Amino acid sequence: MRNLSKTRLRIICLIAPLSSIGSTAFAANSEADFKQAYATADAAEQEAGRLRNQWLATEAALADARKAAEKQDFEMATAAAKEAEALAKAAIFQATSEKDAWKNLQIR
Amino acid sequence: MISLAVLLLAIAEALAADGIDPAADARAFRNYFVEKFPNVKLDDFANGPYSLNEDMRRQWEEKEQFPPYEFSLEAGKELFAKTFANGKHYADCFPEQGIGIRQNYPRFDEKTGQVITLELALNQCREANGEKAISYTGDDMAALTAYMAFTSRGKPFDIKIPDDSRALEAYENGKRYFYSRRGQLNFSCATCHVHNPGERLRAEVLAPALGILNAMPIYRSEWGGMGTTSRRFITCNSQVRGVPLEPQAEEYRDLEYFLSYVSNGLPISGPGSRP
Repeated sequence: MRNLSKTRLRIICLIAPLSSIGSTAFAANSEADFKQAYATADAAEQEAGRLRNQWLATEAALADARKAAEKQDFEMATAAAKEAEALAKAAIFQATSEKDAWKNLQIR
Repeated sequence: MISLAVLLLAIAEALAADGIDPAADARAFRNYFVEKFPNVKLDDFANGPYSLNEDMRRQWEEKEQFPPYEFSLEAGKELFAKTFANGKHYADCFPEQGIGIRQNYPRFDEKTGQVITLELALNQCREANGEKAISYTGDDMAALTAYMAFTSRGKPFDIKIPDDSRALEAYENGKRYFYSRRGQLNFSCATCHVHNPGERLRAEVLAPALGILNAMPIYRSEWGGMGTTSRRFITCNSQVRGVPLEPQAEEYRDLEYFLSYVSNGLPISGPGSRP
């Protein structure tokens, strides 16, 4: 169970950047696309914050998204927002699975 | 009143049913490290990585002739004696005038139901006397705690968990935090300090969790200065690519409570120095 959780987390971490690359390759993104992607990512990051488990990479990706949007580069901004969303979701998964998984590590 | 008593009893029973047994934890914790490092004397775990690496130990012993925390210690002594605007001192806020009491912190405050670390107690003292709180990660806090630790050198950690379900819960929260994986690297505190002490992480030798707070605060060559326990926890979180919590967050205070309790009996060795 523990190994399965760790494997799933690793898969999410690996897939996160790839999924955002895929989305940029196939669609030119509008400001509306960016706003929607950013709002979704931001909501996920806030949920990770509620679980007291945010990741630095998520914050960096959100900052990259904002910077790109300021430069009107909505393709880049949307890709960064989607990456942030995937990272935030991985952090949520980690925090949720660790609610029980931590017990496996303790000295008994 | 009766329903409150029943509720408290139910909470206590629930905690007991969950198997929260700090004394058993502390025994298991100590045994783990003693068995893992049979050549290290128990008290020596308070010296962190130097207890596990001969070369580092020799360098450290030479550095201790002119320890890098000495300036901070002097500054801390002066700060501790400084009079507040209302004429009072830090000494007025602590038992034994604040001398030789480091080993009793963190303590559980039954009035507020909170873990009170030495850093928090110092700022509570300041605020109670009309002074502004100082940074938990800054030089003044490091200096004050360095001085207080120095007056307790050699005294064994003596952390109490009172017969109060909230104290037990705080201890358990700290334990959970210690063992929970976090950050993009998916590390827990235990990943480094339980499962890999003595191993290298780049140029560093990882310290054992047993006795890890006994040397706080520390001068770190990596930082080029002194660091408090708050700074250490925040740095650890960042190193595993997690967003650190705010200094003295409940989780950090509970973590300090857990780590200090399981090191009960080991001597205070702070202030310390680390690479």
